[in-house]
Amino acid sequence: MVRPLGFLVGLGFITALVLAILTTPLSNEPNVAHEFHKHPKHLKLASDGILLPHWDQAQLQRGMQVYKEVCSACHSLHHVAFRDIKDLGYTEGQIKTFAKGFQVPSINPDTGEPATRDGLPSDYFPSPYANETAARAANNNALPPDLSLITKAREGGKDYVYSLLTGFQNPPANLPAELKPGTGLHYNPYFANLNLAMAPPLTEGQVTYADGTKATVDQMSKDVTAFLVWTAEPKLIKRIMVGYAVFGFLLIFTVLTYLSYRNIWADKKH
Amino acid sequence: MSFPWAKPYEPQHPLMKWMDEKLPIPRLVYNATGPGYPVPRNLNYFWNFGVLAGAALMIQIITGIVLAMHYAANAGVAFNSVEHIMRDVNAGWFIRYAHMNGASMFFIVVYLHIFRGLYYGSYKAPREMVWLLGVVIFLLMMATAFMGYVLPWGQMSFWGAQVITGFFSAIPVVGEPVREWLLGGFVPDNATLNRFFSLHYLLPFVILGVIILHIWALHIPGSSNPTGIEVKDEQDTVPFHPYYTAKDGFGVGVFLLVFVALTFFSPNTLGHADNYIPANSLSTPAHIVPEWYFLPFYAILKAFTFNFLWIDAKLWGVIAMFASIALLFFLPWLDSSPIKSSNYRPLYRIFFWILVFDVLLLGLCGMQPAEQPWVILSQLGAIYYFAHFLVILPIVSRIERPLPMPNSITEAVLAKHATDASSASATA
Repeated sequence: MVRPLGFLVGLGFITALVLAILTTPLSNEPNVAHEFHKHPKHLKLASDGILLPHWDQAQLQRGMQVYKEVCSACHSLHHVAFRDIKDLGYTEGQIKTFAKGFQVPSINPDTGEPATRDGLPSDYFPSPYANETAARAANNNALPPDLSLITKAREGGKDYVYSLLTGFQNPPANLPAELKPGTGLHYNPYFANLNLAMAPPLTEGQVTYADGTKATVDQMSKDVTAFLVWTAEPKLIKRIMVGYAVFGFLLIFTVLTYLSYRNIWADKKH
Repeated sequence: MSFPWAKPYEPQHPLMKWMDEKLPIPRLVYNATGPGYPVPRNLNYFWNFGVLAGAALMIQIITGIVLAMHYAANAGVAFNSVEHIMRDVNAGWFIRYAHMNGASMFFIVVYLHIFRGLYYGSYKAPREMVWLLGVVIFLLMMATAFMGYVLPWGQMSFWGAQVITGFFSAIPVVGEPVREWLLGGFVPDNATLNRFFSLHYLLPFVILGVIILHIWALHIPGSSNPTGIEVKDEQDTVPFHPYYTAKDGFGVGVFLLVFVALTFFSPNTLGHADNYIPANSLSTPAHIVPEWYFLPFYAILKAFTFNFLWIDAKLWGVIAMFASIALLFFLPWLDSSPIKSSNYRPLYRIFFWILVFDVLLLGLCGMQPAEQPWVILSQLGAIYYFAHFLVILPIVSRIERPLPMPNSITEAVLAKHATDASSASATA
């Protein structure tokens, strides 16, 4: 009973699928944007890979400077607290001073009216806009995304962020008219639909690095990307270091279990 | 249950004797996973995966309970509470990544366990009930994993919930009301998140219960083995403890090594970048894909693109996707061959390996956009999938002529050692 019924059901599915194959065109609709789209360039950072990665604190500090002086005009970083930048090699005193440089929303203790106060290490990086509506109003209806997780939240990760920052260029001459950037849009072949609302954010010498590094667009892009790798996962290096210990421990455990398995089975053919 | 030569439980210590009279849990353990459970002596490493699945479930339950202490199931704060776990909770990043990759590890071992069963005919009499309960566990796992993936409330969480509950809207007439009832609204929202959290916490314990039934049903006929020949006498078996506890201990070690490598060195490889973007009902991701363990079924769903008879393509896809799992319930009766092990089934063995390739191909198709050649490959893959179980298997089991089989497990083991020894002396 099961077999004949199953056979009929199977025939039904197979017929539906054969008809689906016969009615589906074998060619794809041409996707022109696809041809102009570029794969991200690889960016090598000290925190890469699993072979003794580390944070390049000087680079992270430079990256944070780029974020603070350039990106933070439009992009929030709301998962990162000032206290977290200890990882970047700042002392408690420096963190306090750094936090003080920001005004964070507060309540006037006498009147209950909205007010602002100096930042504390326990505060989070304040957002540049009060809310999404304000952000869109200021940016031609585009919403600048929060950057805390950006290197984990995009296909291609850090490579994508670095490529996007350095990828602004004039549209190629053979670009079809419908793909040309409209008003307020900027051509960037690393972006999914080629045109994005963000204007090229970095220009040569835009920040002055305290350590004397030359602030080229490429250098600033690398630095801020390295910083954003840290903001996306501050526990990254710790995770890999703990991984070594756990893996090593389990390797010894597994060898011992293998030896006891061989020992117990020594008298049994199997 | 079990065999007459099973070692009886004889408590020595007065406390154990007292316990045995009042609540014989030690007796239960002794007879289930101790020296009192005789197991065929010839099990290969593929018989480790049941224990590994149990280990994976325990890891999920323990890490999940800790995560629930810090997670907030509210659409307004769920995403941020996960980031709070990742950044501020002590070792929260470890617990969260272990839970996330633990789900993948659970599915890896369960898929190997299922394919072991398919190759060695573990679903056949007298173990049909073991198989049926196994399919129930698999369905519960899929429901649990899906609801768990919604909890971080990222873009894939939200849109995954939207797509999967959307399956129900394909049902004529009642579809849309059923979908709204499941979601508790018109789109996934706080009500959805809360009920999914509640059920995601409940279902693992239901799984645990069905696993107990699964093992109980297994222990009535006893474990199968790679020859598929039933145990005949004492020399065919060894006591579970210490023989298989030792072997499973080694298996658990290897499993944990893979698990740890994934969790610590590459925790996001099996995930999706979009789920680090907070859920947004106004912005659809370019490319909605489920987690890897659902991809073959997702490919079957998408393979149906033609309104055949009075049923539209979407409903065909949904029915086929559910049928692709439901047909496993009928497997013990679809395959009428009395030979269990594919080692002695030359024809079925070929189709088994085509099925393995087919499921991998469907998985690959499932992660691709709806473009050629992936559409036709998933259609061909789906045709083979249904043909394999519903057409080929019943015919093969009728016409196949099995290879000569040994008379007993012991004979098979001794024959293997004899050939090993002769080939060793030939090369020496």
